[in-house]
Amino acid sequence: MEKHIQLPITREIARTIKSGDACLLSGVIYTARDAAHKRLCELADAGKPLPFDIENATIYYVGPTPAKPGQVIGSAGPTTSYRMDAYSPTLIALGETGMIGKGKRSPEVVEAMKRYGAVYFAAIGGAGALLSSCIKEAEIVCYEDLGAEAVRRLRVEDLPVVCVIDSDGNNLYESGRSAYLRSQN
Amino acid sequence: MREFSVSILTDAIARLCVEANCVLPRDMQTRIEEARATEPWETAQGILDKIIENYGIAEQNTVPICQDTGVCCVFLKIGLDVHLHGDLRAAVDEGVRRGYRDGYLRKSVVADPLRRVNTGDNTPAMLYTELVPGDRIELTVAPKGFGSENMSRLAMLKPSDGVEGVKAFILKTVEEAGPNPCPPIVVGVGLGGTFDKAAYLAKKALMRSTDERNADPYYAALEAELLDRINALGVGPQGFGGRTTALAVSIEWMPTHIAGLPVAVNINCHVTRHKTAVL
Repeated sequence: MEKHIQLPITREIARTIKSGDACLLSGVIYTARDAAHKRLCELADAGKPLPFDIENATIYYVGPTPAKPGQVIGSAGPTTSYRMDAYSPTLIALGETGMIGKGKRSPEVVEAMKRYGAVYFAAIGGAGALLSSCIKEAEIVCYEDLGAEAVRRLRVEDLPVVCVIDSDGNNLYESGRSAYLRSQN
Repeated sequence: MREFSVSILTDAIARLCVEANCVLPRDMQTRIEEARATEPWETAQGILDKIIENYGIAEQNTVPICQDTGVCCVFLKIGLDVHLHGDLRAAVDEGVRRGYRDGYLRKSVVADPLRRVNTGDNTPAMLYTELVPGDRIELTVAPKGFGSENMSRLAMLKPSDGVEGVKAFILKTVEEAGPNPCPPIVVGVGLGGTFDKAAYLAKKALMRSTDERNADPYYAALEAELLDRINALGVGPQGFGGRTTALAVSIEWMPTHIAGLPVAVNINCHVTRHKTAVL
């Protein structure tokens, strides 16, 4: 059964979402990939304010295709998350509570998630046409020069994601695989 | 001798860029549907259902199957009895430029690997040309996503490592990639040649229809064994566990040096896209 989650995710809510939970997210999220993360962290390192409120924010690692006429956004599935590992601990410390991507995370990211209370979700990689139907509004917040990698504010309805790593450090990539392998013996 | 203006390539490539990105090849659809039918793990079944739904939506609405519409690999087999007039490289890039602009595809190429400024039109293409007998041109457009490209590996093994060393390297590459390349994946393997030829063969292996096995029964058997062993790893669709980690393993090979055993593993995701036309 899927868990309906209304965004934003507070640190308290983050602690209640567990590895393996299938969730439907509704509300506002922000998009950022490597290039945008680099700029955000450079601002943070310089002690400058970020171009959007990072407190309780969820960031979706996505670079969508351009919208066709009449579309809100083009195809919009997740990109591989480990490329953001160098930046995520900084953003989590500043208040980021949710990350949506796909693939493994570094021990440093998981440590920050445990320390501050944050969750890591995966959306289905390669299902960009399907996922874009959950995006109801999209507008560029900053870094338009980055094209597909610009930061966008999205309003999503029932975006299907799975909690892979929770704020206790439990990891579905490990537990799911071992559960399957046990079932085969 | 047939005479062509290179502009004929521009038009064909522009069209193929859009078709390749929006319509999953039938053989891939068949592999995914077969995998869904035999997948025993419930979570994995649910993901395969979503993947099937996704490529259905993409084809119906002519939208990209995946937002990573890739760097555009273009393979040209040019007949020796063809005379092409004009600038081949410019014509190919113009095709990519038009296809990615008019097809609302993502521009994912930076001009320089270190200074990283987007070229804005997805050019240049990764262009491969081959001269073949005849008076035709066969062109294949293959958008290559980088989630899977980044998980690809190459090793210069020793002859004494033999087939067991090759198998171990391929399995290790797939296992370490885990959820990152969007499994279920297609595994292209290049064996032999030189450092660069092995990588090229691995890419070429991904262009083969998954309906076809290697023509050499020895390599066809190796492909089948590797597929079984990869699907016993338990990684599963999206890495959440399950049987369906790979949909196909394709091996291409060529002669090599007495001292070497190059092996390259090029990984593709379940959105393995390529489209071919003959002019």
